[in-house]
Amino acid sequence: MPTATIAGHEVQTNDEGFLTEYDEWNEEIGTELAGNIGIEMTDRHWELIRWLREDFKEKNETATTRRVNSVGGFPTKEQFQLFPKKPARKMAYVAGLPKPHGCV
Amino acid sequence: MADAIIPDFGDDDETDRKLVIICSKGNLDMAYPALVLANAALGEGIETHLFFTFWGFDMITKSRMHDLQFSPVGNTAMHLPGRNTKMPQSLSPMPGMTQMATKMMKKQIADLGIPEVPDFLDQIVASGGHLWACRMSADMNKLEETDLRDDVEGIINATDFMEISEGGQMLFI
Repeated sequence: MPTATIAGHEVQTNDEGFLTEYDEWNEEIGTELAGNIGIEMTDRHWELIRWLREDFKEKNETATTRRVNSVGGFPTKEQFQLFPKKPARKMAYVAGLPKPHGCV
Repeated sequence: MADAIIPDFGDDDETDRKLVIICSKGNLDMAYPALVLANAALGEGIETHLFFTFWGFDMITKSRMHDLQFSPVGNTAMHLPGRNTKMPQSLSPMPGMTQMATKMMKKQIADLGIPEVPDFLDQIVASGGHLWACRMSADMNKLEETDLRDDVEGIINATDFMEISEGGQMLFI
């Protein structure tokens, strides 16, 4: 497993650059991860990312865009605005979570 | 210490990948493959169009889109739930069987957190997907734009479809 220094913290990642340890993430790291893919975090980005991490803690699985909409209450359209083109994977990356497994 | 790996989301690649799915069936079980694939494509930033024709019209017709059904008739892959026991074909056409099979399938789908057909199309449109209706099917069924979901972008003919689908990868379901 590769390690990397992100926002001054040493973290473990997978071969694609997604963090692999839930507890190694913090919001400074999230800001830098977002910056890596051209996203500037706003309050709304944080609300979504915090919800995604809370949901992961409960379900041990990253929410799909469907779940982020139906359970998290973040409309699909907004997800595409906040994390353009590939919201599911980008949200997971910024939140330090694995890519979602579900189809929908 | 190695530099952090940054995932390549492929945003900078100018992609003209386009997916066009022809939805020709009105059975509940045959509605989902197109919806699942369209949703996945949109989530990957792929331009996606759904073209509804023949029985597929039921997926976008306001008065019918809420009650698509699944029938085990003629389906030899129909098993009793959770088992490998085949359901005898002679039972399939029994009264009430379609209603029961539909109810069961809807529950299985809902249990996975997957939306019903109209909700799923809402999500697809919200993700930037395009819905089109077939002119010939509309004429045959005597349906007009007002009978269809408001987000259907148009009732188009075969020539229009050729324009829309140009350069796309096509799926007929």
